[in-house]
Formats: sequence, C-alpha cells, structure tokens
Amino acid sequence: MGAFRLTTEPIEPFRLESELENTVTGALVTFAGRVRNRNEGRDVLHLFYEGANEIASTEFEHIETEARSRFEIEDIRCAHRIGKLELGEIAVWIGVSARHRGAAFDGCRYLIDELKQRLPIWKKEHYADGDSGWINHS
Amino acid sequence: MQDQPGAIVTVTWHAMLREKTGRAQEEVSTRAATPAELFLELAARYEFSIPADSIRFAVNGEIVSSKDGLQNGDRVSFLPPVSGG
Repeated sequence: MGAFRLTTEPIEPFRLESELENTVTGALVTFAGRVRNRNEGRDVLHLFYEGANEIASTEFEHIETEARSRFEIEDIRCAHRIGKLELGEIAVWIGVSARHRGAAFDGCRYLIDELKQRLPIWKKEHYADGDSGWINHS
Repeated sequence: MQDQPGAIVTVTWHAMLREKTGRAQEEVSTRAATPAELFLELAARYEFSIPADSIRFAVNGEIVSSKDGLQNGDRVSFLPPVSGG
C-alpha cells in the first residue's frame, strides 16, 4: 500500500502513526485537519467530500517525491476522508517521520500545502440555513 | 485532405460538474485533439458557467497538460478547482 489513501471510514491517527514507528527516526510530526463549525461567516452543519481516487494517488506520489527531494524525510503516511463528515471529524491526516525535527516539520508543511492546492478532492459545505455550496481554494 | 477519424473517450465528471451534467460518467465521440478542446465542446453542450481556464485535466489517471493529445479509448477527467484538506 502506498503512503496515501482516500477513505470513507473515520481516520484513526494512532493506527497511521503506528505505521511510522521505527528506531531510526527521532522525529514524528503529524497534522490533522478537522471539520470546523464556521466558514466565511456561515454556520456549517456538516461537510461532504468527494475525491478522484486514482488521480489523487498518482498526484500524491508526485508530491511525495518532491518532498523527499527537498527534505531528509524517512517516511510518510496520509489519509483523506471522503463522504459525509460531521463537525470535529478529521478530514485529512498527515504524518512525517525523519531523523531530525526540522525535516519532519518542513516536510509535513509542504505535503499539506501542496495537497490542498493539487489533489482532486472537493468539499461541499452544508449550512444551517439549508443552503449548500462547493468550496474553491484557489 | 484526409478526414481525421474521431475518438471515443470515457469522460468522468466530478463535484460541481457532476451535479451540472447529472451524470458521473459518459462515453463521448469527439474530434477534439486535446482535453482542453474536448472541455470547450462539452461546456457548450452543458452550458457550464465555470471558467474554462479554472479546469485541470487528467487522462488515464494522471494530471496532464491541457495541450496533451487525446487518443481513442482514453479516460478523461475534468477537474474543477479543488478544496481538499
């Protein structure tokens, strides 16, 4: 299995973290992106995420290759949830292990920033007033 | 002048484009030479309001340039602006 997965199941950080356990890396940096209750002044009830699995996996491989060439990273895991998500649930999780903390922090930051710009994943917000809309990061 | 044969490609629609077209996938017969040309053709048919220059293209599971060639049997995805994370 590659470093990346799209999943309809709740993301389990400890399980993903356990895949990064080893004795050579002194640093593990993780990032969890959660569903928040307000966006641009509107009350959000829940979210729906849709993803293009094959394209996202291929594009993540490119991002991973870039991150490994820039930073001294040991290993990476990333999961992005799709389907309906409730407030507070984890939408995306990234873990980066490295020998030293600098590479782990930098690598994690690079992965989440590139992921948000590039992976074919779309978020639809459902609001308290009954309206809904697709969100555009660009 | 030789008539250029058309290609049959499978188009997958995502997110707001899937909602607008009312379908997830369809087979399209086209003479478009590139994914960008094919998008303009279908945007006219479905009357998309989304700007064409905001769309990225994937062919056979990989993001490609808008100017890449289209072949018979290709699987084409049009990717509207993303919002993962």
